[in-house]
Amino acid sequence: MSPDILGLVVFLVALVALALPLGRHMARVYCNERTLLTPVLAPVEGAIYRIAGIRAGEGQSWRAYAAAVIAFNAAGFVVLYAILRLQGVLPWNPAGIGPMAPDLAFNTAVSFTTNTNWQAYSGEAQLSHFSQMVGLTVQNFVSAGTGMAVAAAVIRGFACRGDGRLGNFWADLTRSVLYVLLPLSIVVALILAGQGVVQTLSGPVTAATLEGAEQVIARGPAASQVAIKQLGTNGGGFFGVNSAHPLENPTVVSNMVQALCILLIPVAFCVTYGRMVGDRRQGAALFAAMGILFVAGLALVTWSEAAGNPLVAQVAGTDGPNLEGKEMRFGATLSALWGAATTAASNGSVNAMHDSFMPLSGLVFLVNMMIGEVIFGGVGAGLYGMLLYVVLAVFLAGLMVGRTPEYLGKKIEAKEVSLAVLAFLSMPLGILVLAAVSVLVPQALAAVQEVGPHGLSEVLYAYASATGNNGSAFAGFGAADPVHTTLQGIAMLLGRYAIIVPMLGIAGALAVKVPAAPTAGSFPTHGPLFVVLLIVTVAILGGLTFFPALALGPLAEQVSLSAGTTF
Amino acid sequence: MSRTDTAAPRGLYATAARQSVAKLSPRLLVRNPVIFVTAIVAAMTTILALRDLVAGPAGAVIPQIAAWLWVTVLFANFAEALAEGRGKARADTLRATGRETRARRLAAADADHAGAETVSSTELRAGQFVLVSAGDVIPADGEAVAGVASVNESAITGESAPVIREAGGDRSSVTGGTTVVSDWLVVRVTAEPGKSFIDRMVALVEGAERQKTPNEIALSILLTGLTLIFLFVVVTLEPFARYSGTSIPAAFLAALFVTLIPTTIGGLLSAIGIAGMDRLVKANVIAKSGRAVEAAGDVDVLLLDKTGTITFGNRMADAVLPAPGVSEARLAQAAWLASQADDTPEGKSIVALSARLLGGDLPHAAIARHVAFSAQTRLSGVDLDGGAQVRKGAADAIMGHTGTEPGAILAANVENIARAGGTPLLVSQGTEILGVIHLKDIIKPGVRERFAQLRAMGVRTVMITGDNPLTAAAIAAEAGVDDFMAEATPEAKLERIRAEQQEGRLVAMCGDGSKDAPALAQADVGVAMNSGTQAAKEAGNLIDLDSDPTKLIEIVMVGKQLLISRGALTTFSIANDAAKYFAILPALFLGAYPGLAALNFMGLSSPESAILSAVIFNALVIVALIPLALRGVRYAPASASALLRNNLLVYGLGGLVAPFLGIKAIDMIVVALNLA
Repeated sequence: MSPDILGLVVFLVALVALALPLGRHMARVYCNERTLLTPVLAPVEGAIYRIAGIRAGEGQSWRAYAAAVIAFNAAGFVVLYAILRLQGVLPWNPAGIGPMAPDLAFNTAVSFTTNTNWQAYSGEAQLSHFSQMVGLTVQNFVSAGTGMAVAAAVIRGFACRGDGRLGNFWADLTRSVLYVLLPLSIVVALILAGQGVVQTLSGPVTAATLEGAEQVIARGPAASQVAIKQLGTNGGGFFGVNSAHPLENPTVVSNMVQALCILLIPVAFCVTYGRMVGDRRQGAALFAAMGILFVAGLALVTWSEAAGNPLVAQVAGTDGPNLEGKEMRFGATLSALWGAATTAASNGSVNAMHDSFMPLSGLVFLVNMMIGEVIFGGVGAGLYGMLLYVVLAVFLAGLMVGRTPEYLGKKIEAKEVSLAVLAFLSMPLGILVLAAVSVLVPQALAAVQEVGPHGLSEVLYAYASATGNNGSAFAGFGAADPVHTTLQGIAMLLGRYAIIVPMLGIAGALAVKVPAAPTAGSFPTHGPLFVVLLIVTVAILGGLTFFPALALGPLAEQVSLSAGTTF
Repeated sequence: MSRTDTAAPRGLYATAARQSVAKLSPRLLVRNPVIFVTAIVAAMTTILALRDLVAGPAGAVIPQIAAWLWVTVLFANFAEALAEGRGKARADTLRATGRETRARRLAAADADHAGAETVSSTELRAGQFVLVSAGDVIPADGEAVAGVASVNESAITGESAPVIREAGGDRSSVTGGTTVVSDWLVVRVTAEPGKSFIDRMVALVEGAERQKTPNEIALSILLTGLTLIFLFVVVTLEPFARYSGTSIPAAFLAALFVTLIPTTIGGLLSAIGIAGMDRLVKANVIAKSGRAVEAAGDVDVLLLDKTGTITFGNRMADAVLPAPGVSEARLAQAAWLASQADDTPEGKSIVALSARLLGGDLPHAAIARHVAFSAQTRLSGVDLDGGAQVRKGAADAIMGHTGTEPGAILAANVENIARAGGTPLLVSQGTEILGVIHLKDIIKPGVRERFAQLRAMGVRTVMITGDNPLTAAAIAAEAGVDDFMAEATPEAKLERIRAEQQEGRLVAMCGDGSKDAPALAQADVGVAMNSGTQAAKEAGNLIDLDSDPTKLIEIVMVGKQLLISRGALTTFSIANDAAKYFAILPALFLGAYPGLAALNFMGLSSPESAILSAVIFNALVIVALIPLALRGVRYAPASASALLRNNLLVYGLGGLVAPFLGIKAIDMIVVALNLA
């Protein structure tokens, strides 16, 4: 086994080893059981409930839960928008940065409240420390907390015995942040700071370079923000170039820790799911489906990057990996790993330029996002996204066992199917329709740097990233154009709430059903057969929808590359 | 009415073909969204073809695509029409039965028969009384309130042996359209005109009143959603293609759209539903709603009455156990003699058993007198010419008759038989007790295997009996049911159903008496026997015209088969899409990126032939699957995992592979015929 492959295997083993205890811990958190942290955090939690007037024990119906999610996020959006527009007069602005433009502020506020962290701006140039810390970092926590809370509510709906209650959003949110995100962030921030990630409230420093020129080096409270950006699958970098920046991700160790953090909570949610529904095999099945899809994508990217660009090889006369747009301290494999992880997990942070990956790698990144960020996906979002596919897979194939399709003993009927179809529509609507609109508007079209299939990949990538709430971008896409910022904002909202609300609706509909005890006649939703069925459903429903567009983008580029043409 | 199909198949196809054109009316098409959309696209493509014909360079391919899109719609209509047609033939016969008749209306149930006024059956209203006598056709559904009569119900059951209908009790219900063979009845009318049993059957088999079942509705929603998604896919393809520097003819986009949307299952969905109902009607079961048929597939628990379902109605002789010192032959001879005058099924079974044991060596004793069974003596037998009294009867009756106690061994045998749920009958000659006959419930042949199949399907069987727990346990073990309810009362039965439902299980049961009505209504699937009371028939959601309780098992199978057929064809339809992409996309994009020809690994000869072949395949596959939709997917009882594995292999993998082969073959034909 080559050292690179060995590194990947170690990474995957470490990931599972860390996710198992974390998943168990999260299950205890959402079931309101005692955890190791309870003695320390319970008083804080109680104080929060008292001050905010939250009756944590009071379960909400799905409508009340969804209303709470929307109200909370809407309020978050308004506050963040105001901060961005007013940052010029707010404190902690050592670089004297002015207010953000309205369309960009809209885009950014939507982006951070939806856990997308699409950055149409460059952090060091357009954000004050106040905006970063009070505006963005707060949303990094609570948007992630929102996704986790929704996932917990959806799981309860699937698992409960007919009382129709999904839990309390305010309590779920508080507990997600307090018991999961905050403690993990503190640990990770300390590790990262130890590796040399910058953490200071001071402004930029000026250095004299070896050539005698003067260089302004941006600084700021990066380590604390990087920790939550990865753990919360946010992905919004402190610096514009994200985790490719040497002060944001200086070493191989910091790189591996961050990559682990990208996938940690999403993987742990599979464990949490199995525990909460009372059948670990169900969680294992979801993990297996996600894991197989992830490893398949990772393998394809790693291979295609290692093989490199044949045209470059011709010119240079040597074989070698594709290193364009990559940081030399990470090389091809670690960049491939990061790329696969960040697009699978709806994170969106990058440590290399995705624009410069081989077309096939770009294809994998696109597919990871287009299928709805369900390969582990965003914190919480990946799980309920995959449950959407589970509902569809169970309904499509479940009839074939001669019973009304059931999942976890609950019948999937017209109501659930309608809501699932509604949620499912948001991906083609956000990606295909909005991207098509953007290429029809001349002004927006002009913002696309490349022509031909690579340009189309850039457009598709931007809208897949926004709708999937990923946030990473192919470079070369002029995201700051007002048409794009607005359309992207709509795509992010679609990809977030047009899935959250119907999924909560499905959970609510299932929550009032009494589960039937499994019999030999029940549709088995664990085991290899179901895993294969789920993967095929994701591939056919998710993948095939985008196949024509992908054929004109990365596929066309790949076949042209083989024929010796580049774009 | 005859159970064979009355219409010749040729006529059926011709009618269906005519119907499929008539069904092009938008008002009818709109009921099936997928096919409606296909028709709109076909119309648009036709306009494009006509425009080319008038204005521009007329190609040969676009008119062909338009034609095949119409053919797709027609094939879908044909499938539905064919399914409906099969039901119609039966409906016509039924309607003839339900025609208007004369009725003799009485003012009250006990009114003088001479005062009856003659009216048309259409004037009868619920609650009125009519008199029917030998030779009359019963004018309306109702309940006998006076009299006893034998009635020929072959018009609805197909069974020509007359049945007894009498006032009071569990045999009081009568059906309009059936004929009184002897005696008379006063009937209280229970159905308004046009709402009778036969009217309902007609509506049901014709499919006119067919309402979509819950699963069918859910599936339609999903199919409509998929259609919408593929609309996004195809509509956005044009801007993307233009960006890529190529332009796609609108007709080709239309072709891509129709091949991607689930036309196969969309076209066959209603045919599957109608055919499922038809299969049930063929089994002589009337469903009051499609929901009940679907629910039958979901059933988790079957409550089965012991008598008539699991065992034959009567106990039968199973063995003879002689007393010490008595030969088996002697006991058998005595048993044979003692049962000569016994006409009951039990008596006949004793004669049959002893004859078998004697191997034809029957006794020749001259019989002086037959002693018939009476409730007082509880024994029967013969007096032989020599004065010897041969008797058989209940243990205490024989002891009383002979004045002797059976020996210890015999007494133990008697007790063992009773404990095992059987009935011990002692046989005596004179004062000597010769031995004991073991009468037992005989489990119907094949029942055990059936229950094992049901268990494999995840359906639990519960035997309901009035027997004591000991007897019930013995029979339950022998029949192989999963559970039993002994000393069951109708109330206990209702409780049991509620308890099972609380646990989230679906319960099916059958019943005939008025006392069964609450339980029948509570059960998710309640099968009422046609021989039963009106109350039972009203409470149940299925009615078995053959009054055969074992039919419940068949009904479950039909329900499952219906769901499986739908699931299998849906899976097949969606799996087909992969191949269609690989056929059409390279053809569309060849102009922009010649390299994408690599996707055409089927080696289709030209872009035009590729698109045409995919459209033709898409239309033909509907016709190819009509027989499967009408017959239902072959279904052998098995566990859900096994069913899923097999069906995924056949319809999932098959659906993935078949169109690659089909489209390639059609492409070769299209090229050979020079069509594109």
